[in-house]
Amino acid sequence: MDLPGRIMRLEPRLETPWVLWLAAPAAAIGTSLLIAALLVLWSGADPFGVFGLVIKGALGSQFAIFETLTRATPLIFTGLAAAVAFRARLWNIGGEAQFYGGAIMAALLGTGLLPLPAPVLIPVLLLAGALAGAALLLGPTLMKTRFGVDEVVTTLLLNFIILLFVSFLLEGPLKDPMGMGWPQSRKVIEAAQLPKIIAGKRLHLGFALALAMAALVWFINTRTIHGYEMRAVGFNARAARFAGMKVDWVMVKVALLSGGLAAMAGVSEVIGLKGNLTLDLSPGFGYAGIVVAMLAMLHPLGVVAAAIFVAAMFVGADAMSRQAGVPSYIAQVMVATALLTMVVGMLFTRFRLRWR
Amino acid sequence: MSDVMDGQPGDMVLRLAGISKSFGPLKANDGISFALKRGEVLALLGENGAGKTTLMNILFGHYVADAGEITAFGRTLPPGKPSAALDAGIGMVHQHFTLADNLTVLDNIVLGTQSLWSWRQQGAAARQRVAQLAADFGLAINPDARVSDLSVGERQRVEILKALYRNARILILDEPTAVLTPQESEGLFATLEKLVARGLAIIFISHKLHEVLAVSDRVLVLRQGRLVAERKTEGATRQELAELMVGRPIPIPKVEPQAVGPELVKLAAITVAGSHGRNELEAVDLTLHEGEIFGIAGVSGNGQAALAELLSGLVPASAGTFMLFGEKVGDADAAAMVGRGVGRIPEDRHAVGLIGDMSITENMISERYRERPFSRHHLIDWQAARSFAEGIIAGFDVRCPGPQATARLLSGGNMQKLILGREMAGNPKLILAAQPTRGLDIGAVGYVHEQLLRARKRGAGILLISEDLDELLTLSDRIAIIYRGQLSAPMTRAEFSVQQIGLMMAGHGFAGAHHAA
Repeated sequence: MDLPGRIMRLEPRLETPWVLWLAAPAAAIGTSLLIAALLVLWSGADPFGVFGLVIKGALGSQFAIFETLTRATPLIFTGLAAAVAFRARLWNIGGEAQFYGGAIMAALLGTGLLPLPAPVLIPVLLLAGALAGAALLLGPTLMKTRFGVDEVVTTLLLNFIILLFVSFLLEGPLKDPMGMGWPQSRKVIEAAQLPKIIAGKRLHLGFALALAMAALVWFINTRTIHGYEMRAVGFNARAARFAGMKVDWVMVKVALLSGGLAAMAGVSEVIGLKGNLTLDLSPGFGYAGIVVAMLAMLHPLGVVAAAIFVAAMFVGADAMSRQAGVPSYIAQVMVATALLTMVVGMLFTRFRLRWR
Repeated sequence: MSDVMDGQPGDMVLRLAGISKSFGPLKANDGISFALKRGEVLALLGENGAGKTTLMNILFGHYVADAGEITAFGRTLPPGKPSAALDAGIGMVHQHFTLADNLTVLDNIVLGTQSLWSWRQQGAAARQRVAQLAADFGLAINPDARVSDLSVGERQRVEILKALYRNARILILDEPTAVLTPQESEGLFATLEKLVARGLAIIFISHKLHEVLAVSDRVLVLRQGRLVAERKTEGATRQELAELMVGRPIPIPKVEPQAVGPELVKLAAITVAGSHGRNELEAVDLTLHEGEIFGIAGVSGNGQAALAELLSGLVPASAGTFMLFGEKVGDADAAAMVGRGVGRIPEDRHAVGLIGDMSITENMISERYRERPFSRHHLIDWQAARSFAEGIIAGFDVRCPGPQATARLLSGGNMQKLILGREMAGNPKLILAAQPTRGLDIGAVGYVHEQLLRARKRGAGILLISEDLDELLTLSDRIAIIYRGQLSAPMTRAEFSVQQIGLMMAGHGFAGAHHAA
């Protein structure tokens, strides 16, 4: 055929070669780095130098590595939360609200209200936090299954409602009397604090817990009837219903697990790292969890790797901006473009590009 | 309009020369050449996957052929340009209509032919032209009726008028009778005769042999992308065409009479509520016995879906009694239906029967994953699941790479074999088969029929819901007709009459049916 007939079209792939499952996120990250490099060039700096500083700042020393893993901890929880929900096509955009739901419970119960020894108190706080997060996702989920209310809207809006509620708590009932007027809660008691993994470092037991949760979600997904149901409902709810699955009940299970996981991030940040509840406890961990889940292609073990990557970007960019004078916002640009390029990358796992 | 009259009968209007198209290793079209003459009906016969759809997509510029050329009225059509075929006067009536339900007939016909700015001004002229076309071709229809109020046969008339309004001189009909009653099909054939008498040329795509024999002048048989035969319709036989289409001799299913056993299902005055205040099923009575195939005939959309969903445990009855194996059935519970021993073959195997993105193994346990041996204490035993799937693949002759293959990669026939295998695995006492052979090729159809007859022989009761009258007449011991949610009294094999069933499918003999004649 002649030249004017050349058209680009997408043809569905019959099967996805396994390399693509690795190549898609790699290409997505590569593309987002390239786009970020253009921005760095535009700001007048040398991209190689800047990226070198980012890598050095994220992984260049023992301190840097511990810092990156500390930052990755909440992202693993929120990434798992998004991965679990998205797998079942429950579009939970409310990770931020559930995160704060967990953090509120930690600040409420961990600041002296429950005078329990650490081995009891810490699990109690995690469980209470998880229940709060689960409850925050349960409402939107029931509204979806009962009345068909779009959960994207309800979960997203809950984020702002909960943030305002935290603001109210920190100005009122939970306000630290010794806080010199700052909107912050009192510090949690010592028995509520998660031990450090290595004494003297900031990396705490929350990281190990996050890894355990990733393993647990992977086990649920692949080995239990619950994971099987969640996948079936996500792929094709009509067929799942026909086969006899209680689709609404499966959605409730997904909501409890997803909301609980996101909330554990909040508990872990309060009792593992910050010690108290503040309005800036999360710099968007709930939203970043969505990026993490997408980069991981919703695979729970991939979530760990993706969370460490995103954390490294943030930690490295902070260090870089102090030295190179390029604003650390570049990390947010990179993470955001990585989400977009990943969506395109996922397209290529299902379709191939044909020129004809 | 006048250009339809131009030219002589027998003039060549369309020529396809050496059309080839491959998708990867698959040759969908392989050097297909033929010519279409003015005033003839050319039937294109072939099974699913024979290449009919690909060929039409190439003709309409949706695909670009790897090789070959298309000439319409002496001019070569540029490849890959959908507008070229339309401009050249080629019109298509799709199997699934492309009408806007909430617009009137006139609006639907005119839609897209005029600039938005001039719509109102040309309304009268358009109305007159539609009336003229309708009168010329005997396509009587009220131009101000809403499409949603029309019957399926009337909607098809609107589709044909739409093509004529766009000056189509070549009309392509894709499986046009799939949704029609026998009487409506007769009406369509009469229309086609008028069209060719006025100088149109028609390509009639079908896999129903008796229709091809009834309407066409010439038959082209496609098989595996190649044109394997061309026959004058006069002198061709059904058996010959069927064997050309499949490429081997075809056995005819044998139904041996047998005594029926005790009652399995009894529906008494069952009503199923619909969404818009209209009942999907209206006081339906039905009794099904062991060892019998009970056929439900009807034009699609008359309550078959609700009847199937009731027996599948997906919707509850809003009134009446539903007795199954001597026990009363209350709430809708799909899992309970499976547990009681009901095998359910759903109408839509892609969207309901299987989960396309899951493996064969995962699909085969979808109804029984809660039970041993497939799970214990909430943990799935994938070993047991896999060997169960392997058993079905071997036992039901499923062509696939293995139990780990993704279900959506299989052909329709293999998907249906998997569903059959899953449903038959529990030796069901009752089998609900909703459109079990729709869209399957002849080989797979034979396999499904054989399985249903085997189940009947071992004493299962089968409720067969089908829009294929031939299938119902061949397999059923009794047939009842469903019309607007009402079910007729059943007729026995001795009473079967195509004429009578066809009339009842159109509403004759039902309460509240409004009819012109």
